Amino acid sequence: MNSLNFINPFGVSEDPGSYVGDFYTDNFAKGAGEGTLILNLGPQHPSTHGVLRVIVELEGEYVVRAEPVLGYLHRMHEKMAEVKTPWQYIPNMGRVDYLHPIAWNWAQVGACERLAGIEVPERAEYLRVVSCELNRISSHLMWWGAFVMDLGGVTPILYAFEEREKINDILQIVTGSRLTMSYFRFGGVSADVDDRFVRLTKEFVPYLRERLKMYKALVTDNVILRRRLEGVGPMDADLCRRHGATGPILRAAGLKRDTRTDAPYGVYHKFQYNVPTGPSDDCLGRYMLRLAEIEASLDIVEQAMGSLPPGPVRIDKAPKAGWKLPAGETYFAVEGARGQVGVHLVSDGGKNHYRVKLRAPGFSNLSLFAEAARGVLLADAIAILGSLDLVIPEVDR
Amino acid sequence: MDLSIANFAQIIIACLLVIALMVGNAVVMVYVERKACGFIQRRPGPYEVGPRGILQAVCDSMKLLGKQIYVPGNIDWILYFLAPVLAFFPVLLLYLPIPFGRHLTAMNVDEGILLILAFSGLGVVSNILAGWASNNKYGILGAARAVSQAVAYEIPMIMALLAIVFLTGSLSLTEIVERQGSWPWQWNIVVQPLAFFIYLVSLVGETNRAPFDLPEAESELTAGFHTEYSGMGFALFFLSEYANMLLVSFVCAAFFLGGYKGPFMDGFWWMFIKAYAVMVFIVWIRWTFPRVRFDQLLNINWRWLLPLSILNLWVTAVIVRFI
Repeated sequence: MNSLNFINPFGVSEDPGSYVGDFYTDNFAKGAGEGTLILNLGPQHPSTHGVLRVIVELEGEYVVRAEPVLGYLHRMHEKMAEVKTPWQYIPNMGRVDYLHPIAWNWAQVGACERLAGIEVPERAEYLRVVSCELNRISSHLMWWGAFVMDLGGVTPILYAFEEREKINDILQIVTGSRLTMSYFRFGGVSADVDDRFVRLTKEFVPYLRERLKMYKALVTDNVILRRRLEGVGPMDADLCRRHGATGPILRAAGLKRDTRTDAPYGVYHKFQYNVPTGPSDDCLGRYMLRLAEIEASLDIVEQAMGSLPPGPVRIDKAPKAGWKLPAGETYFAVEGARGQVGVHLVSDGGKNHYRVKLRAPGFSNLSLFAEAARGVLLADAIAILGSLDLVIPEVDR
Repeated sequence: MDLSIANFAQIIIACLLVIALMVGNAVVMVYVERKACGFIQRRPGPYEVGPRGILQAVCDSMKLLGKQIYVPGNIDWILYFLAPVLAFFPVLLLYLPIPFGRHLTAMNVDEGILLILAFSGLGVVSNILAGWASNNKYGILGAARAVSQAVAYEIPMIMALLAIVFLTGSLSLTEIVERQGSWPWQWNIVVQPLAFFIYLVSLVGETNRAPFDLPEAESELTAGFHTEYSGMGFALFFLSEYANMLLVSFVCAAFFLGGYKGPFMDGFWWMFIKAYAVMVFIVWIRWTFPRVRFDQLLNINWRWLLPLSILNLWVTAVIVRFI
């Protein structure tokens, strides 16, 4: 318990109960070597973006080991599914991942549709793609700003928010909300787009392409940023595979794995788009990859808006409130901004779900952190944590 | 310098004026920094309190005054309360040799810059004490960073200033300003651009401002050495940070930018204009760049600034001696 003496360096008599840590700290501290310091990052730490808690053992500025502690934002979304009907469960999804709610929305609605064998009108499929991709862009923008803020640059997040506000304005027209959106319904989407939506979206695509050039000049080409990220926190394909990492982290490691192309859903097969991989498996690679993904998403949005087919946005006999899922089991996965978002649904034919398992990409991605942060500087550990793009409600569910 | 009654009174009055300047500077800089930051981030900045938000600093200071002083458990009481005071008061002394005009100096000592350099070292003591006494791990990490950073960046800073001292042959700031002319091409920045650059980088490092704000790196150490200070304790650190910024800007203006001399009409206003231009520059880079990592910070210093400043000093010495 050498580390605990450190916090009482003056030898002042202390209440023995007042400084002993909780279960995690005590169990963590046992392995601490000579001259190391146990530091709790979080749950209220500015760079953990919410209530993630990371216990790190520091030797000077170097992280000897780091261990995330979860559960501060556990809201029992899976348990809630067992007492809710599929209809009542739709808004829960926006709360799971507040940055990319529409992907979760899609995963849940898609799982129910797959189980019930519901076909969705083509126009609705197009609108699903457009809204999901716009939402992915806004999620990546938010990540971009927050990540640079972790590195100490406070200004870019406000630039990112400017674009994010525009996306929120667009999505608000159809979803009615700006944060925990739920746009999808069983058998289609809740509302058709109007002229304003079409106009704003078409304006937004070239606008953001211009702005991405400014981002490059302001942040990406900055020598301080490059030096901070190059070679920091390499996560190779093997590490990703062992921990089940998906999404940009896996693609930055060089593997072309994207649910949109590997297990196609919706109408993604109708569009020509690039699934970027690489350029490197360090923090800079993940940074560049996410910016490249924004451009790929812009391509999809542009094509989808250009070829929006006419027709209804929901099937005629869409399920009503008292709808019962047929008995069975299914799994439906979509590509979220952070990786594969999956809903494993079991129904016994009753009013409520029998059991729902939410596959959150952030949970798997976070498990890489302990290994990647071993032996790096504290500032690098913060950069690695930021490059994982964690959304804590999604990690804890 | 003889210590007569008149001299003593002069110093007392000067100290009072300096306190007024420090507080006034903080009030101005709170507004300037928030407005500049707002401009850079494309938002209005403060605009609710008073016309165009100019009373924002008053509200900020009232908030700090009214805040509960939260004292963490198991601290070293004496050092904990001594540290903010130690951060604030030595800065007073540093303003005394600053020349605002040919005869407008609180204490026209021949060794002015020596006094400033000697006493500016006290600032880091307060950082160590604050980090150590507040019984906080973030505080200790911040204090450790503050020490190595301050020690590292003081050396190239002194070297850069020494190059000017070699040129002038005097340690007195008034003398150094007097040797420069009124027009920009007669200033020391023209003959010593490298020293100016080195000084500019190390003054950001000395004042713990972004991108070198490692001792209080927000995303890593929450608030570094002043994590556990609230209310007036924090306010004193805040005041001393701005006071230190203004001081290094004054020194910069006196050494490199012609001090109180300027086109058309010499006077203390030139000193203020130049110093605040440097301050705005510091604010500007703070809100533009991300933070460097700690090993990079030290590498910049030991690998680049120090050899460059030694080289500059050596070349200057050779030129002064033989030409």
